[in-house]
Order: sequence, then C-alpha cells, then structure tokens
Amino acid sequence: MIIALLSDVHSNIEALNACLKHAAENGAERYAFLGDLVGYGADPGEVANAVARYANQGAIAIKGNHDEAIEKRAGYMNEATKQSIEWTRNALSVELKAFLSGLPMLVRDGVMCFVHASAASPARWDYVDTPAAARRSVEAAQTTYTFSGHVHDQMLYFEGVQGKWSAFKPTPGSSIPIRGHRRWLALVGSVGQPRDGRAAAAYTLFDSASRRITFHRLAYDHVAAARKIRQAGLPEAHAYRVEKGV
Amino acid sequence: MAEPIVPGLVIDGFRVAERIHVGAQSEIFRVSGPAHDFPIIMKVPRIGPLEPSENLISFETEAIILPAVTGPHVPRFVAAGDLAKTPYLITEWIEGESLESALSPGPLPPPEVARIGAAIADAVHSLHRQNAIHLDIKPDNIIVKAQDGVVLIDFGLAHHARFPDLLAEEKRFAAGSAPYVSPEQVLGTRSDRRSDIFAVGVVLYEMATARLPFGMPATMAGLRDRLWLDPVPPRTVSPEVPPWLQEVILRCLEPRADDRYQSAAHVAFDLRHPEQVALTGRALKSGRLGFLAQLRRWWHARSERLRIVPAVQRSAAPIIMVAVDTTHPDDPRQRPMQRATAQVLSLSAEFRLVCVSVIHGGPRAEISRDVQGESGIHLEHLVRLRHWVEPLQLPAQRLSMHVIESARPENALLEFARRNHVDLIILGAPGPTQQAPLAWWRSVASTVTANAHCSVHLVRVPEPQPSPGPEGDSTPDQA
Repeated sequence: MIIALLSDVHSNIEALNACLKHAAENGAERYAFLGDLVGYGADPGEVANAVARYANQGAIAIKGNHDEAIEKRAGYMNEATKQSIEWTRNALSVELKAFLSGLPMLVRDGVMCFVHASAASPARWDYVDTPAAARRSVEAAQTTYTFSGHVHDQMLYFEGVQGKWSAFKPTPGSSIPIRGHRRWLALVGSVGQPRDGRAAAAYTLFDSASRRITFHRLAYDHVAAARKIRQAGLPEAHAYRVEKGV
Repeated sequence: MAEPIVPGLVIDGFRVAERIHVGAQSEIFRVSGPAHDFPIIMKVPRIGPLEPSENLISFETEAIILPAVTGPHVPRFVAAGDLAKTPYLITEWIEGESLESALSPGPLPPPEVARIGAAIADAVHSLHRQNAIHLDIKPDNIIVKAQDGVVLIDFGLAHHARFPDLLAEEKRFAAGSAPYVSPEQVLGTRSDRRSDIFAVGVVLYEMATARLPFGMPATMAGLRDRLWLDPVPPRTVSPEVPPWLQEVILRCLEPRADDRYQSAAHVAFDLRHPEQVALTGRALKSGRLGFLAQLRRWWHARSERLRIVPAVQRSAAPIIMVAVDTTHPDDPRQRPMQRATAQVLSLSAEFRLVCVSVIHGGPRAEISRDVQGESGIHLEHLVRLRHWVEPLQLPAQRLSMHVIESARPENALLEFARRNHVDLIILGAPGPTQQAPLAWWRSVASTVTANAHCSVHLVRVPEPQPSPGPEGDSTPDQA
C-alpha cells in the first residue's frame, strides 16, 4: 500500500492541493498528516477542513506545535509567529478548533510510527536534526519506520550494524529501498513552508509492500500563497518565506 | 535462519544448479529460472553466527545498487530475495574471463594494455555517469568479455549518490582491496569517483609491468604509504612501456585526487589516442622522488584526514568536441564558432576540447580513419586546425586535434563522438544564404543533430537586424 506522508502544511492550501493531487496520481491509498496543519499561512480553515475530511475517511492526522498553540499559548514562539497564531485562532471555527485540539500526539500502526517531532518526547517539540536525535526518537517509537516533520527539510536517517546512526539527504523523485531489517526515520519535508531555498512543496510517499520511499518536491502557485498572506495582513516575514523557500 | 542453499533446491521459482564459486563473502550457483534468454547465476552471502556482519551489509549494498545501474558494462539484475529471510541476488552470468586469470606472468604489450585499459575506463565512465562509484576496481572484478569490452562485477563496496551509503559508518569495514585502494579511501572517503580512476591506474600499472605499484600492504601503516610514496615509474620496471603510457598511468596514480584525471572518459580518450597525450615530467620520470621531496610529501601526508567530497558539488569534466570546417577557413561561421567554443569552455574548469576536421575522402574512401601521420593534405588541415584553436589559448593537456578522412562526414563525426564519450558537439548550422559548394554541410548538421548520443550546439552567424516595418512597435521613448 502506498502511503502519502504530509507534514507542516502551515495553512497553505495551494501547496496542500498540489501534493494531494500528485499523491492520488501516484497511487496513494492512505494519507498521514504529521502535524502543523495551521500557522504562518492564510488558509487555516480550508486546510483544517480538508484534513478533517481525510481523517474522517481513515487518514492519520497528528498534532503539531502550531496546532497545539491554538488551544494553549506557546511562550517559546517569537512575536511574528504569535501574531499569526492569534490571527489563526480567530479565523478557525469552533468545530475546526475542536478537531485540532483532539489530534493525537503520536500514532503507531504496525511497523510504522507517526509523530510531528521526536517520539522520545512528543510534547517537548524537540527537533530531530542529528543522527543522535533520530536514534532517540526511533528507540522511543519502537518501530521499524518512524515518520516525522517539524524540521522542514527532507532527510532519511538510518541505523548501522553497530548501532551508529547516519543521515542521508535524498534526491527528490528517486525511489529508495528501505528494507525492514534495519530501522529508519524519515523527515518527510514541509508541504507549505519549505526552508531550503526552493519554494517547491515537499512531501513523501512510502510503499509499505515494496518497502520503498520516494521524497517529492512539487512546483505550485507559491506566489498566490504568499500574496494571500500579505492580503490577510499577516507578518511579511511569513509571506517572504513562502515566496523564496527560506 | 534460512535453510542452506544446495543444488536442486527451488527458491522463488529459480532452480539451483551447481555451485561455481566459493568466496570469503559469498557463494555463487548457476540457476535456471522462468523466462530468461540469458544465463543467470545466484549469489548467496555467507551469513551466520560465525561469519562477519560485513558480508550482509555488502550484500545489501549490492542489492540496492545493481538494480539501479544499466548498460553493457554491468551484469543485468534479475531478482533479489528477501534480505531477512532468503538473501540472494540473481544476475546475468557474464561469459568471459576475469582479468585476473587473463593476466600473464609477464607484462602485456603496451597496445594490449591500452586496449583493455580503455575498455575498463569506458566501463568505469558508464558507471560514473549513472551516479555510481565502484570503489573496488581490481582484476578479479573485471570480466573481459569473449567478444569485446569489459563488465564490472561485485558492487558490494559501491556507492550510489541516490541511495543511503550503508557502509559509510562501518569503520571496521575494509575500504577496498589493499593493492588497488585509493589514498582517500584509506582515509575513509567513499564519495569520490576519482578513487576509481586511481584503481584503474593500479590495474594499468599491473598490466604494463606485471607488478603492483604499492605492493600488497597488510597493515594500515602500509596502506597509508600511498598518501605520499610515489611508485617506481613503469618504464623503470619495464622499459617497453612508452612515455605516453607512463604519463597516463602516473596521472591516474597521483595521490591527490585533484591532480589525477578528473573523468574516466579522459583516461579512455588518452589510451585510444596515444599521439595526443600531452607529455609532462611524469612521462620522463625514471626513479622515485628524491629523499627530501619524499620527506616533504610524507610530512604533509601525516596530517591528512578524512575529507568528505560531496559528489554532486564537484563540477563535471566534460569532453567537448568541435567540428571545424578546415576546408573553408574563410567561412563566416568560423569566428562565431570560436566564440561559442570559448563560451562553452568557460563554464567548466576541467573540460577537454577535441577539435575534429573531417576532410572529404572522395567517393572511394568508404572507411573513416583517424589520420595520424602528418603529411601532405592532412598536415595542411592539421595546421589549419591548430591555427583555428590557437586564439583560445588552451593548455596542451586540455586539447587534442584530429583530421578524419571520410566520404560521410556526418557518420564520421557521430562515430567519433560516441566512441570517445563526447558530452557536447559544437558545429556550424547551415545558414539561409548557404552557397552551393557548402551544401553538403547542411545535411551534416541536421544528421548529426538528429542522431547524436549527446547534446549538440549549433552555431549560426547572427543575421543583421531586420529594419522595423511601418507598423512595428513604436519606440518607448515617444510614449
């Protein structure tokens, strides 16, 4: 079965629609949204609605720190981000706020674990940005495959024979065998706010039958997404990020 | 643990026949399977409580990389078993002899070294173009095919830029085969394709002299010697080795990867065109460096540590071929051609420019030939070629010049480009005002463009600006 892994959509409906279309065209039968559906972008309602629809049909949806901040003030966020969260809170309906608030922090399903940040301490929102952090997350997850976001870049961490972990930067579009006799952690990339200098939306497909993973980057109308952020009166920095992919 | 594989067993539809090889890491069986019109074999890793875990990682590496590479220089991948249950790899069986068993006790004649060496460089280049690095090039892993060319086998130590490198962190793992491994591999680098070029140099040295340039070191200290020790020049070991071949071999064996050939295609090119090899001090060396120079190199090597070379960031080393019409030196396209060539070359520091002139061999000269002797008409065209390329002011080792005689220039150019791994062909486009004496060239440009294996850059003489029509756009200043 092909599973589409989508994280850090950040209220960017243009990017989300592009990824969902691509995933459907490439045979995705299951969907997992790995958190941070909202924050930064101009379409929190549309994004949360779309994901709620998928969740009703059995998709996995996980809570991210921006989703949590809607219900619980996050002192660690900077002023611009707080401003965006405030705006999002007002823009969301009661039902959608309840949907976000009800999302689980972590889901295990057979050999797979889905979590926004680190499975070692999901509520602390630690970044998995080193092989050592990946090892800690996987050891807590206790599954062969751990899929997460929070870090907006795509990365594949894997376990060596002597227990040492390594990082691999994947090439978009190339299918990588990740066999089940060793453990893997994939950072699936950010759908709505990539930060590696490219505006293209990022998401990932995992084929659980052939045990192959493919990281994807997709062009979408990021200019429109940035324009909407400006039109909504949201912080300029967030429009700039979407525009430039930084 | 899975059941042992023995002849007669049927696994996933493949019937196991006789065992044909037992190695330290794996066993190989002949197998028959459904619907294959070529002979196939099954490679089974030696795994178990008493076997080293490297066997499995190396096997896993091969199972990832082999299906991702194609072409005449690798065995065709057929199937792989589940690594956790029944690990096996089914591939094409290559009919031929390993270079190891083909090597005679004495040195091979230089033309033979060049012929086999060029075929090995072709195979390595083909792999490098597919983002893969073999990292264990040695005579055991080179199958010389019954017809022509070579096939590289055993991808257990290989690296592929598109897949996670499972061996990168396995420090216990042997970096490669001691006599052939490059200095940077000794330090732990696994992402530099120039490591394969070093190994090709060792194989060339071995074929030319029947000796190994760095012996068979058994210790890490012995392996590190190649970071600074220069080998005894091949001509000193075996006087039949011509200077050009020594130049090629020693350039492959430079301890610093930056000083080696930057592309296996360049090695193949030089081995096929000895007369074009630019000789340097390497060609004339008759002994090792002096004591002080050795000491200096040893001192620098002491502090050499692992340097990770990101494979994608290094610039390519393209071979650019320019087709120069030396029959019409005054053709108006010559200047634009020179300018276009200079522009293309400015994009890469590691290019190799190949200037080719095809002269009409007349209706009876049906076979193209690379004119090597500098006499009469050929000398005249070679002189014109030199004159043409002179303004570009290129160093000799980046340049070669060829006058080819052929009745079918388009075929001669296409064949030359393909055989020499040319990455880009630059040639003149037929202009709208083409005069009758040049009419044949029109078909050359179109045929080459249509059939080339690589990109083609057509150069046109810029037409004069057409005068604006009465209803053309008004000038913006007047708005």
